[in-house]
Amino acid sequence: MSAIDYAAVDGLALVEAVRGRRARAREICDGALARIATHGPAVNAFTRVLAEQARADADRVDATIAAGGVPGPLAGMPFAVKNLFDVAGLTTLAGSKINASRPPAVRDAFVVSAIRRAGGVLVGALNMDEYAYGFTTENTHYGPAHNPHDPTRVAGGSSGGSGAAVGAGLVPLALASDTNGSIRVPAALCGVFGFKPTYGRLSRTGSALFAPSFDHVGPLGRSVRDVTAAYDVMQGPDPHDPACAGRPVEACLPRLGEGIGGLRIAVLDDHFARGGEPGAFAAVAQVAAALGVSRRATIPEAQRARAAAMVITASEGAALHLADLKTRAEDFDPLTRDRFLAGALVPAGWYVQAQRFRAWYREQVTALFREIDVLLAPTTPCPAPRIGQERMVLDGVEVLTRPNLGVYTQPLSFIGLPILSVPVTRPGALPLGVQVIAAPFREAHVLRVGAVLEAKAVATAAIAT
Amino acid sequence: MTDVPTPSELGTHVDAVAKLVALPIAPAHRPGVILYMGVIAAAAAQVMAFPLPDEVEPAPVFRPAPVEP
Repeated sequence: MSAIDYAAVDGLALVEAVRGRRARAREICDGALARIATHGPAVNAFTRVLAEQARADADRVDATIAAGGVPGPLAGMPFAVKNLFDVAGLTTLAGSKINASRPPAVRDAFVVSAIRRAGGVLVGALNMDEYAYGFTTENTHYGPAHNPHDPTRVAGGSSGGSGAAVGAGLVPLALASDTNGSIRVPAALCGVFGFKPTYGRLSRTGSALFAPSFDHVGPLGRSVRDVTAAYDVMQGPDPHDPACAGRPVEACLPRLGEGIGGLRIAVLDDHFARGGEPGAFAAVAQVAAALGVSRRATIPEAQRARAAAMVITASEGAALHLADLKTRAEDFDPLTRDRFLAGALVPAGWYVQAQRFRAWYREQVTALFREIDVLLAPTTPCPAPRIGQERMVLDGVEVLTRPNLGVYTQPLSFIGLPILSVPVTRPGALPLGVQVIAAPFREAHVLRVGAVLEAKAVATAAIAT
Repeated sequence: MTDVPTPSELGTHVDAVAKLVALPIAPAHRPGVILYMGVIAAAAAQVMAFPLPDEVEPAPVFRPAPVEP
């Protein structure tokens, strides 16, 4: 029996135990694999478990420590990745049946490699919506991911396996991608932290694209320090990703204790204060009260930004998969197929105008960030809907369930803002998240606010037992 | 606000453009494609109705790659 209860602590607590020789990485790895075997099937988070490789990686960490070497800042931390990331030796599914016949990846994705170099132990690949086109992970080919807090409900998407794996305590850390909300929505619905850094901050090399104008990668985790530690080691320039900003590494972990002194914080109103269940706005109010925030702010034309994001996403996503749409549309997931087909028929004028609007909208939001440092908004308009639920009522209006889970996330990833979705403490209730939002490349602002909320116990990862 | 097309107009668009871009659409998929074409068209109508100054360029900017010595 390990001196540490695997399922009870965050990832860095495991790392501290390994580095302090209170536990071996191998024991922690075996603990993760045992929990995946016992609790994994109920949430259907994993599409592949890499037991042998994980044990070998863990043994290497232990050998390094035994030899007096430097084991890395994430030494022995188990993690898993959305199955759109390349993992050497595995075929990158991206949630599809079509890609299953492709050859295995020859090398790890940039960010997977970074976490492994830092001592992280990769234990498997995770379920997702096909080609990341969805907010619910009701994947027809591989089955739906189930919410760890109520298996009749969705885990959110498109990184539902990532949310479910962390929320069920299978791994403390998961990597995912976010185009319109795909890190933040499952983080919120599964009750964990989800961090989408600025567009271009982290390399996407070796991850399957969806809509490249908006594609980001980032971590989900059970504590602010876990997602921050992972973010720090994933930073760095990459000439192979044309969107990668190539900025120097700006470590955020040493800054988590700086507090929120000097930060001007406001709650977003207008689009972000309507069209949701009262609980979603109560969660924002709970966070604002804890931070002593009464200021309100408005992002103009956010609803139109969401509309523009939909047009661009449909068009870019379809362009990427056009060859398969032409020859084997039957092999797509019925939940994505018709949307991809429609996206292939979008007039160019709509797409270009949406990209022009995006430039205009970015200027408006930049102006707002001259006055305010951090903005708060709900992550989703409601807690996790039931699996298979086609429609729901929000604010007295019946709407389609799946697209509307992204109503508050889409207008923000549209211009690549760094955002941490924090799980708001709601004992006895299904999880909900609040987005903590800053200006581009000010990741430290949102992580500092997250750390304060966690310290005040206003934000707590809800790990299903 | 730009007018949102009727289902019949959407069907005409889907059939014509699918033919133009050589994208076969199976009869079983056509109603769903028309449904989502309508969702995209409604979103596009919001975008197209917004006046933008001429000098606003599309957000993606092409950067020529200099030849490194």
